[in-house]
Amino acid sequence: MYQGIRISGFGGQGVISAGVLLAYTGILENKNVSFFPSYGAEMRGGTANCSVVIASDEVDTPIVSSPDTVIVFNEPSLAKFESMVKPGGILIVNSSLIKSEPTRKDIKVLKVPCNEIADKLGNAKIMNMVALGAFAKATGAVSIEAISRALPKVYKKLKPEVIELNIKALNEGATLA
Amino acid sequence: MAEKQLMKGNEALAEGAVRAGCRFFAGYPITPQNEVPEYMSWRLPQVGGAFIQSESEVAAINVIFGAAATGVRSMTSSSSPGISLKQEGISYCAGADLPFLIANVMRGGPGLGNIAGAQGDYFQSTRGGGHGDYRLYVMAPNGVQDMFDFPKKCYEVAYKYRIPAMILADGIMGQMMEGVEIKWPEVDVKGLEKQKWAIGTNEEGRERRMVSSYDLRDGMLEKIVLERAKRYKEIEDKEVLWEEKMTEDAEIILVAYGISARISYAACRMAREKGIKAGLLRPITLWPFPKKRLIELAPKTKNFLAVEMSLGQMVEDVRLAVNGRTNVNLFAKPGGSPIFAEEVYKAIEDIVKKGAKEYATVK
Repeated sequence: MYQGIRISGFGGQGVISAGVLLAYTGILENKNVSFFPSYGAEMRGGTANCSVVIASDEVDTPIVSSPDTVIVFNEPSLAKFESMVKPGGILIVNSSLIKSEPTRKDIKVLKVPCNEIADKLGNAKIMNMVALGAFAKATGAVSIEAISRALPKVYKKLKPEVIELNIKALNEGATLA
Repeated sequence: MAEKQLMKGNEALAEGAVRAGCRFFAGYPITPQNEVPEYMSWRLPQVGGAFIQSESEVAAINVIFGAAATGVRSMTSSSSPGISLKQEGISYCAGADLPFLIANVMRGGPGLGNIAGAQGDYFQSTRGGGHGDYRLYVMAPNGVQDMFDFPKKCYEVAYKYRIPAMILADGIMGQMMEGVEIKWPEVDVKGLEKQKWAIGTNEEGRERRMVSSYDLRDGMLEKIVLERAKRYKEIEDKEVLWEEKMTEDAEIILVAYGISARISYAACRMAREKGIKAGLLRPITLWPFPKKRLIELAPKTKNFLAVEMSLGQMVEDVRLAVNGRTNVNLFAKPGGSPIFAEEVYKAIEDIVKKGAKEYATVK
């Protein structure tokens, strides 16, 4: 089993935190994992991205050049990463903010209105969890249940009710995959 | 097995050093190693240690000279340009036989270069870097687990032979996160042997001790350097480390360290799937370099392929060891650009199937 993931969006959309959470979830599922952030001249409002690998074998490189799944939260990320998706792979598009149509025909495109669902649940910050829920369901790489277990371990300061809200967002996302 | 912890490379390095007995850190910020001093700044006070952010890299290494002279397990870290600044002090520490740990989380060079992971400081780390006849014990981690584990080995060798030890990592290794298993108990610093050369120990009536790299007495420096060279020889005999994968029947053996070794291993597996017998030799210590093992392997294989994220530095050690016994090839990528398994596999294919001699991606 090997799942290479690229997540990209504006700084502040939860790109890095979603990646770390996914990596930790992999550990809980006894997989080998790696997480690698872009750490260039990043700035607030600029584009941030990260690579995550979840695998049953050793991870060769943490920089994923040909991802099985790409999650994009904004327009510039779609432009940059659509071409990278492995043929037959999955592209998860935050349709709340991305209005352009993906052009690839050899991949599966999942449109998830992350911001709208997060707003409906009452907290704009959990839009990244909506995407992770869709990811978990679509790929089967990790379970929603495992992500839910990882949440309080990675984000130790989150109140139980906020954790609950995050789990709701995961489940909402899963229904759209 | 205890649950693995998800740790960032730089933080694993810092925590590993603290658990290995480090109680003093001095450093100055530079990307991509900033998490090391940041972590030490709050962690060391918790264990009764001290952290200093100095005014420059030059100050940091000279502060380390003082700390190491007292026998306390000390550490400094930086990234390529900062390590260049420290070279004078490193040479002084080596000349004064001071054990300490220095970590270089390499970035692209030369000059200020860029902040991406790279391996361009191989020459600097293994050939002295500073002036004079000296060596560093250099270990090359290839994952976050190694970042956590290697400080302990570095301190053991450094104190046994009185030599500075270096962990040569890169920006990818520093910034990536992986699962880490804690396999060894924390070093009890109170139980560590008292150093017979250490100063500032406040003992009544003991003989005078002096820590210095300076000796003007006729013929004395030669004697000291030759004496030290015996320890270097012993390190070469006893402390060289490497690992091998699938080398038994290999028609091509890749030689790579750090992150390049992981990518090379993936390329070897791709080659095996296509029926090419590829194997990997990964030097874990860069000095001493596993040259004896290369000499043993040379008659058994048709090709070596050095894989490095630099212009062709480590390949020189491969060529020195192989000494013309077989074909040595080079996959080199400088400037902080990452290597991918597919392109290394392509090189393997070109060499094995097309019989390229002294193949090199960079001429």
